[in-house]
Amino acid sequence: MKDKKILSLIIRWLILIVVLVAIYLPIALIILYSFSEVRDLGGEYGSFSFGLYAKLFQNKELMTATMNTLAIGLISAFLATILGSVSAIGIHYMTKMRKIVDTASQITVVNAEIVTAMGFYLLFIFLRDVLKISFDLGLGWLIIAHTVITTPYVILSVSPRLKQLNPNLLEASMDLGATPFRSLITVMFPQLLGSMISGFALAFTLSLDDFVVTSINGGKTYTISTFVYNHIRRSGVLPEVRALSTIIFLFVLIAMIIVNVIKNKNLKKEK
Amino acid sequence: MAYVEEKIIDLVDVCKSYDDTPAVKNLTLYIRKGEFVTLLGPSGCGKTTLLRMIAGFESPTSGHIYIEGEEITSKPPYRRPVNTVFQKYALFPHLNVFNNVAFGLKLKKVEAGEKDGKKIYRKLTKAEIAEKVNRALKMVDLEDYGYRNVNSLSGGQQQRIAIARALVCEPKVLLLDEPLGALDLKMRKEMQIELKRMHRELGITFIYVTHDQEEALTMSDTVVVINDGHIQQIGTPKKVYDEPANAFVANFIGESNILSGTMIKDYLVRFLGVNVPCLDKGFNKNEQVDLVIRPEDISISKEGEGQFKGRVTSSVFKGTYYEMNVLSGDYEFTVQNTSEFYVGEEVVLKIVPDSIHIMRKMRTINSFEGEIEDENTVYFCGGSFEFLNPDEKFEKGDTVIVKIPFDAVEITDDEDDGVIGATITQALYKCSYYQAQVFTDEGEDFYVDTPYEWGIGDRVGIKIDPAKIAVEKAEDSESEGESANEEG
Repeated sequence: MKDKKILSLIIRWLILIVVLVAIYLPIALIILYSFSEVRDLGGEYGSFSFGLYAKLFQNKELMTATMNTLAIGLISAFLATILGSVSAIGIHYMTKMRKIVDTASQITVVNAEIVTAMGFYLLFIFLRDVLKISFDLGLGWLIIAHTVITTPYVILSVSPRLKQLNPNLLEASMDLGATPFRSLITVMFPQLLGSMISGFALAFTLSLDDFVVTSINGGKTYTISTFVYNHIRRSGVLPEVRALSTIIFLFVLIAMIIVNVIKNKNLKKEK
Repeated sequence: MAYVEEKIIDLVDVCKSYDDTPAVKNLTLYIRKGEFVTLLGPSGCGKTTLLRMIAGFESPTSGHIYIEGEEITSKPPYRRPVNTVFQKYALFPHLNVFNNVAFGLKLKKVEAGEKDGKKIYRKLTKAEIAEKVNRALKMVDLEDYGYRNVNSLSGGQQQRIAIARALVCEPKVLLLDEPLGALDLKMRKEMQIELKRMHRELGITFIYVTHDQEEALTMSDTVVVINDGHIQQIGTPKKVYDEPANAFVANFIGESNILSGTMIKDYLVRFLGVNVPCLDKGFNKNEQVDLVIRPEDISISKEGEGQFKGRVTSSVFKGTYYEMNVLSGDYEFTVQNTSEFYVGEEVVLKIVPDSIHIMRKMRTINSFEGEIEDENTVYFCGGSFEFLNPDEKFEKGDTVIVKIPFDAVEITDDEDDGVIGATITQALYKCSYYQAQVFTDEGEDFYVDTPYEWGIGDRVGIKIDPAKIAVEKAEDSESEGESANEEG
């Protein structure tokens, strides 16, 4: 009996370690090599240095791509949060057609990204060549596209919270003299703030990750992912990307820690 | 009564339907200033819909609503001088107790004199708001709770906050939608007394919705009994209890024995084969009536005077009295008495004139307009029924009046066994049978005497004994309307 127990314990630990290593090995490799100036990983590691980080901030193209990524991510996530939250509230209070609209708003979530990407590209052509509305693929178009793609995810994040709310909350507010708009701002949004922040984070992450839509609809505008991809095709991995990846990873890690600390504090408060 | 005879709310011919399902039907009602009015009825009767139309959360399909003579039918809730207390409190979870109560005050504007002949309004100052909020919290006994989180309070405390939040706005009418429904019994009793006290002290009109008849009777000045979207009776609690307008009210309010009888003459009614003196008059000779006798009004004794002999079939102790069933002939009386009689004992029941209340029958016969389809089939209520046509006096296409006694209708378990399908909407125990009300798919009401007990909402089929259908030629074949129900 005892032997069996020990064996099962060993197996469990082994599986855990294998999984964790598989997840973190690639990231660890990037972080490790972000402090080496060697161009290809096959070469000699050399000495520990922050050289790549210095180079990163001097690489104008990469810095532009980073700024684009952040701009698209933040602006589209902000717009998607507003649109998605208002839509979720609208859908929640619908009486007829609610199920249909709810489902319709979620289909793009499961749809293949290539379809969305091609759709936007064709829409661009349609607007330019058929309706003669002349503009270029680029930052503005990408912000619109990312907002449209991420809005359903915000709805997905806000809807469950709405279902938990007291059904008479809005009525109570209007009963006390608040107009529907004021009720929305002073009563509804405070209840939804948490889920709206989650929705914003989700939308921002999705925008950051996006490659397919961005590469087809970006024109001459590059984000980190499209820039890195193009660079690999032309001349292999740019060493500075290792430093950039490390920074992004640390940024996400810190954000995660902060969110969890706040959550724990709120949980304790409620108790 | 403390209130003055002045209307504050006037509902005129108000209807409300949801997707063609009527919830409130042609309802006309006024409420006097300062009154404590209770809308009482079973769930789904339309009472909450009515309250929500007064609050402005629903708009009537047709009809008009006035407050102090001013039409508010299409005004949004935030422009109406009424405030609502919800069953589930609906407090704002992100605000503390003080800010919940202050919510309405922060939006309120008060008159601040005149300028160039126009009234000017201003917002309340912080100090004014604080004073009013603290006064409201004091009224509900929660003065030191201002900075507490609303989620940390008990159900009873939350409901007090909700009441304070509504009252602090000084509404002309306070609407309460089953406000004590979520509280436990003890808390509910306490809050009933509290609400009554607040009503006395403030002098505001209260409109209170509940399905709890005891709550309605103890708290209200006026009770409005509603069923199936219609007002059944309006009256003081005592009047509604002692003199129910019809069998529904009698059955819904309090325990009661409801029987069918015949008025022999003024002050004498015959039921269960016995002539019993009563206090009612003004009925036709031999008119069929319903009568109600409250269980506590029947004297029961082992031997002695009495009109009905019977045997005790059950006895349950209810705290301060025993509730017993006594079988006399076909009918099982419910009797309440402080002394117990044992199951199986032979007893005598005495009913004094004062304890009998006679009600007009809602309907004595089913009557519909139909059309002759064939030599001996007639079409009405969406089905073709056979009938006996010995003289062959009708021709195809004739418009006729069809009359069917209650006991000629048979309801069948399986919808397909009947000629038409219908739903049971009401069932009253009457002596050896039940009187059921069934609603056909074509939208007609049938009254049926049936030996079986049916559940409300059961789907059934309707069959009619051909020998008992009376068919008469319609006097005025031009007459409109699909049915002509004879109201007793």
